[in-house]
Amino acid sequence: MTAEQVNKTEKITGARMFLECLRREGVDKIFGYPGGVILHIYDELYKCDYIKHYLVRHEQAAVHAAEGYARITGKPGVVLVTSGPGACNTITGIANAYYDSYPLVVFTGQVDSKLIGNDAFQESDIVGITRTCCKHNYLVKNISELPRIIKESFHIAKTGRPGPVVVSLPKDILTAKTDFEYPEKLNLPGYNPTYEGHPIQCRRALKLLCEAQRPVIISGGGVIHSDAWKEIRELAGLLNIPVATTLMGIGTYPQDDKLSLGMLGMHGNYWANLAVSNCDVLFAVGTRFNDRITGCLKRFCADAKVIHVDIDPCSISKNVHVDIPIVGDAKNVLNVMLNDYESGKYTFNTEMRKIWTEQINSWKINCPMRAVENGIMSPQSVIEHIYQQTKDKNVIIATEVGQHQMWTAQLYKFNRPGQFITSGGLGTMGFGFPAAMGAQIANPDALVFNIAGDGSIQMNIQELMTCVDYKIPVKIAVINNGYLGMVRQWQEKLFEKHYSQTNITSPDYVKLADAYGIMGIRITKEEEIDAALEKAISYNGPVIMDFIVEPFEMVYPWVLAGKPLNEVILSNKDAGLGG
Amino acid sequence: MKHTISVLVKNEAGILSSVCDLFSTRGYNIESLTVAATIDSVYSRITIVTNGDDVVIEQICKQLNRLINTIKVVELPKSAEKCIDRELILCKVTAKDDVRSEILRISEIFGAKIIDVSPDIYTLEYSGDNRQVMALISLLRPLGIKELVRSGMVAITRENQFINLQK
Repeated sequence: MTAEQVNKTEKITGARMFLECLRREGVDKIFGYPGGVILHIYDELYKCDYIKHYLVRHEQAAVHAAEGYARITGKPGVVLVTSGPGACNTITGIANAYYDSYPLVVFTGQVDSKLIGNDAFQESDIVGITRTCCKHNYLVKNISELPRIIKESFHIAKTGRPGPVVVSLPKDILTAKTDFEYPEKLNLPGYNPTYEGHPIQCRRALKLLCEAQRPVIISGGGVIHSDAWKEIRELAGLLNIPVATTLMGIGTYPQDDKLSLGMLGMHGNYWANLAVSNCDVLFAVGTRFNDRITGCLKRFCADAKVIHVDIDPCSISKNVHVDIPIVGDAKNVLNVMLNDYESGKYTFNTEMRKIWTEQINSWKINCPMRAVENGIMSPQSVIEHIYQQTKDKNVIIATEVGQHQMWTAQLYKFNRPGQFITSGGLGTMGFGFPAAMGAQIANPDALVFNIAGDGSIQMNIQELMTCVDYKIPVKIAVINNGYLGMVRQWQEKLFEKHYSQTNITSPDYVKLADAYGIMGIRITKEEEIDAALEKAISYNGPVIMDFIVEPFEMVYPWVLAGKPLNEVILSNKDAGLGG
Repeated sequence: MKHTISVLVKNEAGILSSVCDLFSTRGYNIESLTVAATIDSVYSRITIVTNGDDVVIEQICKQLNRLINTIKVVELPKSAEKCIDRELILCKVTAKDDVRSEILRISEIFGAKIIDVSPDIYTLEYSGDNRQVMALISLLRPLGIKELVRSGMVAITRENQFINLQK
C-alpha cells in the first residue's frame, strides 16, 4: 500500500481500512506494541509508507508518549496495542490523559468476536475496564461501522473538553472485507459541546470584575486547551487583576510579570494562596478546583463571589459554589468580555486596585525555598541551574511526580503555554519520561528535558532503548535523593519520621547509560552542575544526568491536605503561618 | 429528597453500564431504575429514581448529559399536576381461608387484579403511583407477603411536554 488512496468502491480488509481511516484523520505517527490479535494491522503497517510507528518497551509508555505528543501538537495522540495485557497496560496512561484532559485515541486489539466473553487467551473487557477513565469507548461489532467509529473517536477526543477515546478492535473485524467509505458527516445527537459562553453571563462577569475591590484570576489547564492565554493576559492587564495559575495552567501567564502570582495550591506561592483566600471576586478559567488547589473547601474563597468559566458543565459548582457560571470555550468567553470592555461602559476603581496590589506585595515576604543548608547540593539549585541554562532556548520541560515536580513548578519561570509537561490530576510517576519522548517526537527541534526523581524514573526507565532506537535526544535530569521524596516528606511531618518503604535505591545511572549506549553524567557538587548541563545540551542524543542531592530537603511552602490555603508551612520550624 | 430523572439514550450495548458506572463511581444512589426501548427502537428511555440535595441532583444530571450516548436528560417535576408516575408490582400473598376475603376486599378497593390463584397463594398485579403502591404493600404485609416484585418507577410528563429527540 502506498500513498495512493483506496478507491471508494474497493473492498478492503478491516486492517487496511484502519490505516486508511487514520490517514483521513491526518495521523502520521503512532505509538504502539504488537501482539497476537492485532497482527493484521501490523502486517498492513509493514507495507504502509505514510504512518510512522514508534515501538515502545511497555504499553503504558506508548500512551504517555502519545499524550506528550498531543500536548505539543494539539492533535490527538494515537496508540495501537494488542488485547489482554497490552490493553490493560494502557489503563494508567488513559486515566492520566482523562484527568488532564488531553486528546488520545487508543486502539486495542480484541479476541475474535465469537470468543468475546469466553475468557479466551489474552482477552480483557477493555471497554468495561476503561468506562470510567476515558471520555468514550467503542467495541467494533461490524466492519461496516469501523470508519464511522474511528471518525467519531477522533472528533470526540479533540472537541469539547478533550480526552482519551478507546476503540476495541476484534480480530475478525480486521480480517473481514467490505467497501470502504469514510463518512463525511458525524451523527452524534448526544454530543454537542457548548463553545459560546452566554453573553449575558459574560457581561455580568465583567461587571462584577470591574466592581471588585480585591479580584484574582485563576488560570487553569483549560486556558492551554482553548489557546486563551493571550486573552487572559490582555484582560488581566486591562483590568489590573493579579493572576495565579494552577499546576496545569503553568505557562499561561508569564511568571516574571508584575501581575503574576505564580502557582497556587498545596505547594503554591504563599502570596498566591493568601491573595486567593482574601479576594472578594475570583475569576476562575479552565480549572476544576481540585483539592490540591482549594485546600479546605469550606474555607476556600469563603467570602468571595466566584465566576467560573469552563467548557465542561460538570466542572462548574462541582466542588466550589459558583455565583456566575459560564459554560463555554475560554477563548470565546474572554473575547466577548474584552469586546464588551472596549465599549467603555465599564470602569474600575484604580485606587482600590493599587491598595490590593500593595497588600499582595506585602505578602511577598522572603519565603525560604530551602529547608536544609549544609553545603550538600540542593535539589532546588539543580533546577535553578537548568532554568538559567535553558531559559533562552526552545525548551520543553517534562517532569515526573513528586518533590522534583513541585520544585520545577516553583522555580522554573515558565513563560509560555505548552512548555511544561506534567501529570497533574492523576499524579502518575513514570509519566514524564515517555511524555518527554512524545514531545520530542512532536517537536524535533526543541530541547526536551525530563526532570525526574530517582523513584519516578525507574517506573518507565525501559524507554531508554526507545530513545536510542529512534534517536530521541531527551535529557533526563534525575534529582537523586535516595528517597521517594514527597512521601518521605509527609512521613517526616505527619508520621513521626517513620520512613516506611520510602528509602529507594537506584542502579548506577552512569553505567546504565553506558549499557544503553547513551551519555551518563554523575554530578555531586553544585560547581559541577553548569558544566554537566552544557555537556548534556550540546550532546546530540539522550543523556542521563544523575544529580546526587541532599536527601532531606523539603518542598515549601506547604499547605497540609485538608487545611485552608492560608495555613501555610514555610519552613521546618514553622507550625503553619496564619494569613 | 427523591428525584426522578428521565434519560433518553442511544439504544446501544454498554449504555446502561455507563449510566450505572457513573452512579457508582461518583457515589450517587439509585433507588430504582427502569429501561426499555422507546417508540423509535434506536433509542431507549431510562427512568432513574435517586435521592440527594439539589447540588447532587444537578451534578447527576450534568454527568449523565456528559455521556456521549445520552440524548436528553430531564429531571421530572415532582408535582402530580405536571407529571404522572407509575409502578407495577406483582405480589404473592398467603391465601389461607381466613384471609382470602380480606385479600379480595383490598384488591377491589385498590383496583388490583388477581392474576394467579392456587390453594395457598393469590398473586396480585397492581400499578399505581408510589404512594398507592406503598399503601397496598402495607395493607398486604400483615396478611403474609410471600414474594414481591416491583418494576421500579416509570414516569411521563403531562400534556404538551415531551422528552424526545429535540435537544
